Amino acid sequence: MEPFIKHSGMVAPLDRVNVDTDQMVPKQFLKFLTREGYGRVLFYDWRYMPGEKPNPEFVLNLPRYKGASVLLARANFGCGSSREHAPWAILDYGFRTILAPSYADIFYNNCFKNGILPVTLSNEQMDELFSRTEKQPGYRLTVDLEQNVVTDEQGLRYSFAIDPFRRDCLLRGLDDIGLTLVHDQHIAAFEKQNLRLPEMYDPVDVKYHHDTRTQRN
Amino acid sequence: MAARTLYEKIWEAHIVREEPGQPTLIYIDRHLIHEGTSPQAFAGLKAAGRKVRQPQLTFAVMDHSVSTKNRLLPVLDADALGQFEALARNCEEHGVHLFDLHSKNQGIVHIIGPELGITQPGQTIVCGDSHTSTHGAFGALAFGIGTSEIEHVLATQCLTQFKSKTMKIEIQGKRPRGVTAKDFILAVIGRIGIAGGTGYVFEYMGEAVRGLSMEGRMTMCNMSIEGGARAGMVSPDETTFAYLEGRPFVPRGKDFQTAVDHWRSLATEPGAKFDETLTLHANELAPMVTWGTNPGMVTQVTDRVPDPASFNDPVDREAATRALVYMDLKPGTAIEDIRLDRVFIGSCTNSRIEDLRAAAKVVAGKHVAKNLKQALVVPGSRRVKVEAEAEGLDRIFRDAGFEWRDAGCSMCIGMNDDVLLSGERSASTSNRNFEGRQGKGGRTHLVSPIMAAAAAIEGHFVDIRDWKNADGAE
Repeated sequence: MEPFIKHSGMVAPLDRVNVDTDQMVPKQFLKFLTREGYGRVLFYDWRYMPGEKPNPEFVLNLPRYKGASVLLARANFGCGSSREHAPWAILDYGFRTILAPSYADIFYNNCFKNGILPVTLSNEQMDELFSRTEKQPGYRLTVDLEQNVVTDEQGLRYSFAIDPFRRDCLLRGLDDIGLTLVHDQHIAAFEKQNLRLPEMYDPVDVKYHHDTRTQRN
Repeated sequence: MAARTLYEKIWEAHIVREEPGQPTLIYIDRHLIHEGTSPQAFAGLKAAGRKVRQPQLTFAVMDHSVSTKNRLLPVLDADALGQFEALARNCEEHGVHLFDLHSKNQGIVHIIGPELGITQPGQTIVCGDSHTSTHGAFGALAFGIGTSEIEHVLATQCLTQFKSKTMKIEIQGKRPRGVTAKDFILAVIGRIGIAGGTGYVFEYMGEAVRGLSMEGRMTMCNMSIEGGARAGMVSPDETTFAYLEGRPFVPRGKDFQTAVDHWRSLATEPGAKFDETLTLHANELAPMVTWGTNPGMVTQVTDRVPDPASFNDPVDREAATRALVYMDLKPGTAIEDIRLDRVFIGSCTNSRIEDLRAAAKVVAGKHVAKNLKQALVVPGSRRVKVEAEAEGLDRIFRDAGFEWRDAGCSMCIGMNDDVLLSGERSASTSNRNFEGRQGKGGRTHLVSPIMAAAAAIEGHFVDIRDWKNADGAE
């Protein structure tokens, strides 16, 4: 995972509350076997008209927001389905960081697994950022995770809170699984004490079943 | 020791490693996977040269993209076929239990886990699907995870987690006739909003919840995520134990008694503290119908579509305005005047045997309205299908003009060919009425199975309480 330390970029606003992950990546794109290439379908139903013609009214299609890498969003961003295709699409589209007043739990979690920084700011701060983005073409923000601040070129400076563990993982681009496997002996000890493998008392037509009772006999 | 909640007991029993200032490493007892969100996790595992740590705790099923038509025909959707083949390959390679397209036990992951007894009280259960909260009905801690976390669980059988806050949701009094578990949970979400439970685990309590069958409790827990909570739970009791006894993965004889003794000890103790409490009174609840584009936009069947101007919060006002445009509804329209194009009875929320029995009772001897293009019944699992057929429910539905299908997620998510066309309006027993959820441009109204059944007969919503056969799904 690519570390997130500090990012400066152009800002795009998505001024809607409760944007769900079905909107980010609609169901027809959940059938692929890879993590790559979802940027093209991000916000598909909003972004495209029939025949995949860009919908000129959708905010990300406005020429002034082309190349944006900082996304402003509203409350409860990423609600609904747990699909990680949503943050994959956001990242692949080019966004490295999201600024919003609140996020849905699963989506928030998924962002950190993909090197996306979801910054939480107050509603008033978000209003100010939406307003500056609207008024100033090419408006840019810098999000600095080492300092925990969001700044712009006119002296705006908002500090933000973030869980220190998550921050550290993002700063260092740590592989979560590797981190857990460091504690392998703890896991093994837990298993030694607690692990009870499921037993199948009635045979059901499951493939690749290990019958624990047969093994024991 | 201070009185503890069910959540606290399960959490504490699964701590592998705890370190101040860090999330806790917790052990995962059951990992359920499906074709939709797991291929990238297995690919990641392979790329890192890792193995599935506990294949015997991992159960896989094909549900999201399966056709609900004739299972014997070849899979025509090449992308779906790719997913099925990838899942089969991954399960074979790692020795993971798989219920494939042709298994007699195939079905929606959240239906088959409980019905096979894979789901049990006190467990931690995860799945790459947000409706994993369903399994909490058994007094388990169950929640949805992303694909990176699937890979993490495959590799380590653990997850790093922050402890949630707890919210007690109590429904006092007796469940009124015609009002179901679906109406309870829609009323809860209507009250707290779709982000009201963010950061919380819900525990449902009170006389009306205790009186629900396991099917009803699963319906409530299923939609916890629609209120923002990753997990919802109900303390296990005699109803829970009676449901589990004799299921394929549930211990038998003396072992069952030992298990029950343990399960009984899991229930939230009197006086245990919750971070939040919400109390509803069952006698104030009614059949619910959503009018907007999220499950919190919901009202009673006897109400009208709200006027966005009536919302105090400008954000809510704008969201409601947008939703009514998408839904093509005018403020003030009586809910009962909303005419429908399709009716869908199915999904991990409402496709269990009890749901189908209740719906069949409503439609028996009647026929779906002429204005409907389709009325669909999709059993949640092939076991449910067989059971329903043994009871003759398929005949009742077919005679009434419904299509009777094979098991799968179907029109809840529309990953197969069961979809709404643009502009069509459905009454659906599923869990999400998001824009485009059932098909691009489709308009979804969430209701209970008996409300959906009655709406299919009349072609528009009706108050099921006015009908004779409204005793309904518990």
